[in-house]
Amino acid sequence: MTTITPTSKWHKNILDLDNFTRADIDSVMQTTDAMKEIMQRDIRKVPALRGKTIITLFYEASTRTRVSFEQAGKILSADVINVTAQSSSISKGESLIDTGKTLQATGADIIVIRHPSSGAAYLLAQNVNCNVINAGDGWHAHPSQALLDLYTIREKLKRLDNLKVTLVGDVLHSRVARSNIWGLLNVGAEIVLCAPPTLLPKIFIEAYPHNGKGSLTIEYDVNKAVKDADVIMALRLQTERQQSGLLPSLGEYSERWQITPKRLELAKPGVMLMHPGPVNRGVEVSSELVEHESSVIEEQVKNGVAVRMALLYMLLAGSKPNETSLAHS
Amino acid sequence: MTDKSLLIKDARLLDPGQSLDKVADVLITDGEIKWIGKGQTPANVETINAAGLILTPGFIDIHCHLREPGLEYKENISTGTRAAARGGFTTVCCMPNTSPPVDSKSLVEYVLRRAAAEAVIRVLPIGCISKAQQGKELAEMGGMASAGAVAFSDDGKPVANANLMRQALSYSLTLNMPIIDHCEDPALFEGGLMNESPTSYRLGLKGIPSAAEETMVGRDIALAALTGAHVHIAHISTAGSVDLVRNAKAKGVRVTAEVTPHHLLMTDDWVTGVRIIGGSSATANPYDTSTKVNPPLRAKSDAAALLEALKDGTIDCIATDHAPHDVVDKSQEYDHASFGISGIETAFGLLMALVHTGKLDIKTLVEKLTVAPAKVIGHGYKGIKAGAPAELTLLNPDEEWTVDVNSFLSKGKNSPLNGIILKGKVKATIYDGKIVYSDVNDAATAPRKKTNA
Repeated sequence: MTTITPTSKWHKNILDLDNFTRADIDSVMQTTDAMKEIMQRDIRKVPALRGKTIITLFYEASTRTRVSFEQAGKILSADVINVTAQSSSISKGESLIDTGKTLQATGADIIVIRHPSSGAAYLLAQNVNCNVINAGDGWHAHPSQALLDLYTIREKLKRLDNLKVTLVGDVLHSRVARSNIWGLLNVGAEIVLCAPPTLLPKIFIEAYPHNGKGSLTIEYDVNKAVKDADVIMALRLQTERQQSGLLPSLGEYSERWQITPKRLELAKPGVMLMHPGPVNRGVEVSSELVEHESSVIEEQVKNGVAVRMALLYMLLAGSKPNETSLAHS
Repeated sequence: MTDKSLLIKDARLLDPGQSLDKVADVLITDGEIKWIGKGQTPANVETINAAGLILTPGFIDIHCHLREPGLEYKENISTGTRAAARGGFTTVCCMPNTSPPVDSKSLVEYVLRRAAAEAVIRVLPIGCISKAQQGKELAEMGGMASAGAVAFSDDGKPVANANLMRQALSYSLTLNMPIIDHCEDPALFEGGLMNESPTSYRLGLKGIPSAAEETMVGRDIALAALTGAHVHIAHISTAGSVDLVRNAKAKGVRVTAEVTPHHLLMTDDWVTGVRIIGGSSATANPYDTSTKVNPPLRAKSDAAALLEALKDGTIDCIATDHAPHDVVDKSQEYDHASFGISGIETAFGLLMALVHTGKLDIKTLVEKLTVAPAKVIGHGYKGIKAGAPAELTLLNPDEEWTVDVNSFLSKGKNSPLNGIILKGKVKATIYDGKIVYSDVNDAATAPRKKTNA
């Protein structure tokens, strides 16, 4: 079994990656290795979190994030309860704070929250004592997605150092982009952001620390942006952006910013094509590329389960990994 | 009147309205200043030993929200005026964005009736520009003026229709009262939550660009020039707006402007949890909704430009935009929380940080809280002179105190200053010759009637 060495003092909540250290990232990567090994067993079940309750609280629709948190909890033998806005008292007007306190009172050890408002995970974490994982808040952060993206890069390229990563798409409205920027800057990556200026204002990058570790630049021309990239991350474009005046048409967007086989050739040989999903085939990425050999979109989903197992485990089992708890049940 | 007399001994009398700055005694009898300096003192007179303290004309706030009628769960005239008295104010103008909005003579009369029954200081109502604040038809400004309204505003909302704004300004010429605009282009503002800046992008909160304010300030200046009427820019917040007003004043356009204490002293990084005033700091969480205010807390360069403009006279006066909210309105996601800061009790202490850091002298500060706002609305300043009504504020410029929102007299506890130490304290507020606030027991001491809170 892989040895796990989480940092001695682990975070209470995972709300964003702004305050993650390189050591935090490395320990998530190593713990994920152990979780991945469990996922490859015939019987994918370990008693690590037996008796613990995880509640997923989703105010937005989600397939992969919600299912992978649920699957992650179940493999670790936790009890997982799913709450959605439509099926709960939220639809009767209960506030986020009251909902959080109610879930805590039922015995939640971790609340995993997805919410359309930036900062909602912070608000919840301030009002409950249990651990909180942010599974996406507005445009702000989606830390487990960024961690699974880092894990997927590390798995494929066998390194996290000296990366050139190009993010293409709706950066302005993307929590995935924001969390990836924090994670990638932390490992010293050269990051290039590419989108129409309406979705990527010049001052966007001034928000991020420029302390000599990695770099963050904007390139509006996609053909230049993908040049020599190790990784291309396409971001989801919500089709409503056109109606709100940010884009003339999806057709024009595709013509100028879609990742196509031809544009892929401008990147480094062996470039990885990533997408957090769900994909608008033929908009962000040309349809044939979704199943292309460069695409790791499916691996991202698989790794999503393992990374979320690691996060749940590290929050609840804490700093002292119990090797027996990861053995067969 | 049969009020007993009050002697204030050895205070530094500071009245920028008559260039008065000297240490002297003041005797108040029957609601009036009887004499300054020396004179006959009644036996057993109540005396305040004010050595080391500053006595100024009562502060005047031309922009606050008392929330009556209809929003009494946020504030009412009783709590709001007691909070104002604690802030050193003896006159406040209340905005009409209530429920229903104050858009008629009878509603102005209602506010004044409630004030006569409940207020501990003077309340001057501001009436709506448009009926029900809908921005479509002019409200009956003449009727409201004869009932006692002192200015007109659709505050909380801009007057989006330029032609309606033109007509409002034109119509105001017969009333000789300012039209106060909350300048914000609705399309540029839409859905905005904080200043558009690197911080808003980092936090993923939709930004409110400076241009949302500046485009409408520019429009209003053009309309004031067109009509020859007086437009007053509420809560000016950007460097660009200040330039527009400065240029317009140079050309003789009748434009005035106010700035809030929070736009002078707080910046958009407060949304990330930063809290620093002078030498005091506190910790707060990111996305703390007490920082959500409209116009939003801007960049440091904006705050610097506002201070410069206050000093050179481009900005005429300080107004608090005191916007109390119930805890439920603020204990929400940042998107859904109400805009506003409960600021009337902290205004002076907060502004004194400018004096203590040498950025503003205390005479200018007092002027911007007394004579200057009175000039904008044409009401309120009485001065420190024999025979004048006794409306006075007693200050200790050097006393430190810790802001505790739970001790606010306002119902609105929504202040990002909680836990901050401010240097500069209101010691007592005198209205109509009576002490309506004294910090001795830190409570309004002369309620006119029982509060209904």
